[in-house]
Amino acid sequence: MSSIKLYPPKPEKVYFYGTCLVDMFYPEAGMAGIQLLEREGIEVIFPQDQTCCGQPAYTSGYHDQAREVAAAQLKLFPQDYPIVLPSGSCAGMMREHYPELFAGQPEAALAENVASRIYELTEFLLHVCHMQIEDKGEPIKVAMHTSCSARREMGLGEVGPALLKKMGNVEVVEQARIKECCGFGGAFSVRHPEISEAMVNDKVKAITDTGAQQLVSGDCGCLMNIMGANEFQAQQGLVQEVKGEHIASFLWRRSNES
Amino acid sequence: MSHNPVQSFHPRVHEAIHNPQIRANFRKAMDGLMDKRLAAFPSDDDLQKMRDLAASIRLRALAKLPELLEKLEANLTAQGIQVHWAENGDQACKIILEICQRHNAKSVIKGKSMVSEEMELNHYLAEHGIDALESDLGEYIVQLADETPSHIIMPAIHKNTDQISDLMHEKTGTNKSRDVEYLTAEARQQLRERFEKADVGVSGVNFAVAETGTLCLVENEGNGRLTTTVPPVHIAVTGIEKVVENLEDVAPLLSLLTRSATGQHITTYFNMISSPRKEGELDGPDEVHLVLVDSGRSNIYQDDELLDTLRCIRCGACMNHCPVYTRIGGHAYGYTYPGPIGKILMPHMVGLEDAKDLPSASTLCGACGEVCPVRIPIPKLLVRLREESVAGDKQHDNSMVRGRGSKRNTTETLIWKGWAKMHKHGGLYRIGTGAATVFKGLMPNKIGAWTNCRTAPKLAASTLHEQVKARQLAQAKVQKEQQKSEGEA
Amino acid sequence: MSQARNAILGRLRHRRDGALTAPTSDFSVVSNKQWSDEEKIDLFQQKIESVHAEVHRVTQDNWLETLKTLVQAKGLSDLLVPQKAAVGQAIRADWSETLPELRSYDQPVTEWKAELFSGIDGAVTDVRAAIAETGSLVLWPDQDQPRLMSLVPPIHFAILDAHQLKNTFYEVIVSEGWASAGMPTNALLISGPSKTADIEQTLAYGVHGPKELIVLIRQ
Repeated sequence: MSSIKLYPPKPEKVYFYGTCLVDMFYPEAGMAGIQLLEREGIEVIFPQDQTCCGQPAYTSGYHDQAREVAAAQLKLFPQDYPIVLPSGSCAGMMREHYPELFAGQPEAALAENVASRIYELTEFLLHVCHMQIEDKGEPIKVAMHTSCSARREMGLGEVGPALLKKMGNVEVVEQARIKECCGFGGAFSVRHPEISEAMVNDKVKAITDTGAQQLVSGDCGCLMNIMGANEFQAQQGLVQEVKGEHIASFLWRRSNES
Repeated sequence: MSHNPVQSFHPRVHEAIHNPQIRANFRKAMDGLMDKRLAAFPSDDDLQKMRDLAASIRLRALAKLPELLEKLEANLTAQGIQVHWAENGDQACKIILEICQRHNAKSVIKGKSMVSEEMELNHYLAEHGIDALESDLGEYIVQLADETPSHIIMPAIHKNTDQISDLMHEKTGTNKSRDVEYLTAEARQQLRERFEKADVGVSGVNFAVAETGTLCLVENEGNGRLTTTVPPVHIAVTGIEKVVENLEDVAPLLSLLTRSATGQHITTYFNMISSPRKEGELDGPDEVHLVLVDSGRSNIYQDDELLDTLRCIRCGACMNHCPVYTRIGGHAYGYTYPGPIGKILMPHMVGLEDAKDLPSASTLCGACGEVCPVRIPIPKLLVRLREESVAGDKQHDNSMVRGRGSKRNTTETLIWKGWAKMHKHGGLYRIGTGAATVFKGLMPNKIGAWTNCRTAPKLAASTLHEQVKARQLAQAKVQKEQQKSEGEA
Repeated sequence: MSQARNAILGRLRHRRDGALTAPTSDFSVVSNKQWSDEEKIDLFQQKIESVHAEVHRVTQDNWLETLKTLVQAKGLSDLLVPQKAAVGQAIRADWSETLPELRSYDQPVTEWKAELFSGIDGAVTDVRAAIAETGSLVLWPDQDQPRLMSLVPPIHFAILDAHQLKNTFYEVIVSEGWASAGMPTNALLISGPSKTADIEQTLAYGVHGPKELIVLIRQ
C-alpha cells in the first residue's frame, strides 16, 4: 500500500476499464464514469476487447487461468495513458497482483508497466483531475461503503468521502464499524454462505441504523451484496429500503439534475 | 499431529453462527480489543516504523535460523539449561514425559503455552498417570470445561461471567457469583495449593534469545513466574521459529506484542530466564529444560513466500480484527490456532486435505494484514494456499505443502478452463457475456446460497460494451451528418 | 534426540529456495525516545498508575517514614525485607516493635514454602532500574532478594531512586550492556500488580501475584 503517492498532471487521454461486474450489472456506473472523465476534458478510450481482470480465478487459486485472461488484458493498453477503473477491487488486482502473477513470465515488464498506470476512478477524479462538482440534487443523507480492496490494498479510504464532501446537499452519515468488510469476498459469499450472511446482515443493520436514504460505493461487488440483502430484508418489512448506487452514477446524476 | 475429532467446518460454523451467546461474547470482546489496540498506537507513523523494525527482526532471525538455534542451544547448555529437539508433537510429549518420570512427577503445573496445546500435552500426560493443571486463569476455565482455547491470548473469551460462574460452581464448588473479583480470588486459592505441591512446571516461550541464551515469557497474572520458579523442574516448550538473534531485539517485539494483542503498553510481567537456580540462590528450579518443536515449521521454512508465516509472534491481533473470527469464534475453526493465523498455519500442520475449508473462509478483506505487527501478508498467503489446494501437477511442482492439490476436482477445473477461454478473447466474451453465465454455471446449485438472504442480482438490459459502442455509433453518426451538412453548405 | 536435532537443522540449512539474506534493522524508532528527568518521573508514574500501581514520591530522608505509615495503614502483620541490600539494612536499622514483624528470606523456598505462600503479608525490594516509557520496574532477583519475594506476598513495596529511571527498555538493555555482561538466572520487568482479564474482559487484580504494587520514588 502506498501511503504517499505522487499523482501525475491531468492527461489528455485515458483508458477506461469497465470491469465485468459493471459491464453486466451496473453499466450505468461505467457510463457515468466515462462521462465524468470526459467532463474533465479527457478523451476516454474504451478497449472493446476488455473482459475481466482475472481476479475471480486468481482468488480461487486458479492462477494459470487468471494469468491467461490477465495476459489478454495487458495487451489492451498500448499507449502510455493512465488506466482508470470504476472498482477498487479490480484496480487492486491489476495494480497490486499483476506484477506478482507475471513475475518471471515473458509479460513481467508489461505487467509492471500496466500496474503502474492503474487508477481507481474516484482516486483519479480527486487526485488527478481535482474535479470540482456542482450538486444539483435535493438534500439527502448518504452512507458510503468503501470496499476493503479500495481501503486497504489501494489505500483510498478517504477518497470517496472527500468527493462526497464536495456535494453541497449531501449529508454523509457514518455507519458503525465502517471499516469492516461487508462479507462479499467473491466466491466466499457462496462458499461460506452463512458467514457471509451474518456479515452482510450486520452491515445492512449498521447502514439502516444511520437513517441514510442512500448508500454509495465504489465497488459493485459490495453494492450487489449489501443492496441485495437490504432489498431482501425490506421486502419482508424488516428494514427501511435504501437506494444503492455506484458513486460514479451518484455523482454524475446529481451534477446533472435539473 | 492430532486435533480435536470434530465434525467438518461448515456444521461447526452453522452451530456457532446460530448461537447468540457466542455471537454476542465475541462481538463485544473483539470490539473492545480493537479499540484498545487503536488507542495504544497514538502515532501511526511510529506504528508503521515499529512494524518495519519488528518485521526486519523476525526476518533476520529466520534468515539465520539454523545458526541461531545452534547458538541458543550452546548458550543455554553452557548456562545449565538442557535443550531437546522434537520433530513433532508426539516426540515432544515423549521428551516431557520422560523428564517427568525421571523425577517421579505426579503433578504438573502449566503456564500458558499454545505449543503444548498443539501437541495435546495435557491429554498425553494424563494417559500416563500425570495430572497437568493449567494455571493461566483463562486456560484453567477452559480446562474445567473440558474445552480448548477459543483465542490464543484469551482462551476463555467465548464464555461470559455467568457461564464461568456456573462452571466453577459445578466443578470446584465456589458460590455462584457475578463478582469477577470473587471468582478470581477463588481460582487463586485453588491454584496456589497446586503450585505448592507441583513437581514440574511447564511453560511456553515468547522469545528465545540466541545471543544470551535467554527464554522470555510475557504475562499478566504471575502464573508464568510461579510455574517457572516454584516447582523443582521447569520445562519450557516452544516452536523452533521463536528464536531471535539479539537481546535488544526483544524490546521492540515486546512493545508491539502487548500493544497489538490487548492494547497494553506492557504486560505486568516480562520474565527472562537464563539458567537454573545457581549455587546459593534460594528459589527457582534446579533443572530447566527447553524442548524445541518442529511440527511442520521446517517445512514451511523451505518456501520463500510461505516462510513469512513463521514471523508470527502470536499476538492474536489478526483474529481480533477478523470479521469471520468475530462471527464464528475460535472453536468453529476446529484447530489449535484459529483466525487468520490459523488459516495460514494449520494447513501446514495437519495438511490441506484436512484443513481444506480454512483458506477459502476469508473475504481477503485484509484487516489481518493491516494490523499484523510483523507485517505477515496474510491475504497473500491465503491466496497461495488456495492455489495449492487446487494445484495440478505442474503448478508449484516442487511445492512441499502437505495435501497439495487435494481440493482439485475435474468439474471445477473444467469450469475455470472454460472461463479462461471465454475471457481471453474479447469477442467470445462479448457473445457470451460472460461472467453472468459463468457465475451461474460455476455454482448452479449455489445461487440459492446467495438468495437465502439477498435478492438475485439483475442483469442490465445492455452491457457497458454495448452502451459504449452504441454511443460511439450515435456520436459518429452526428459527426458524419455535421460533415455532410458542412460539405453541402 | 540428536537424530531429530540433525534432521531439523539439516532441513533448515538446505532450504529448497536457497539461502536467505538477513535484512538490517533500524532501531531509531525505539532508540530516539528521550525525556528529561522530570518528564521521566511523570511518565513513569502516569504509566504505572494506569495499571493500578500506587506511587509515592518521597525523599532520601522521609521514605522510611512513608513506608512505615503505609505498612501500618495496610494492616500488615509481617513484612519480608532483604538482609543485605541497603533498603533492607536501612529498614532494619530503624524499625520498631509496634510495626509489622520483619522477616527474612534466608532459607531455600522448599524449607518454608507453606509459610511463604500463606503467612507473609508483604515484601520490600529495591530495583535495579526503572523504565519511564512503560512504567516498569527492572529487577534482577538474587540470593538476598529471591524471585518469589516480589511475587508471592500479596503486597509488594518497591523502592526506586529517581536517578535509576531510564527512557526505554531498549535503553536499559543497551546502556547497561546486558548482552555482553551476561544475564542473571532471572531478570524481570514488573509493571503493576498481578492482573487478569480472562473473565469477560473484566480486570481483576492479584490473580496469582501481588494484589498491590506500591512504588516509593526517592528523589
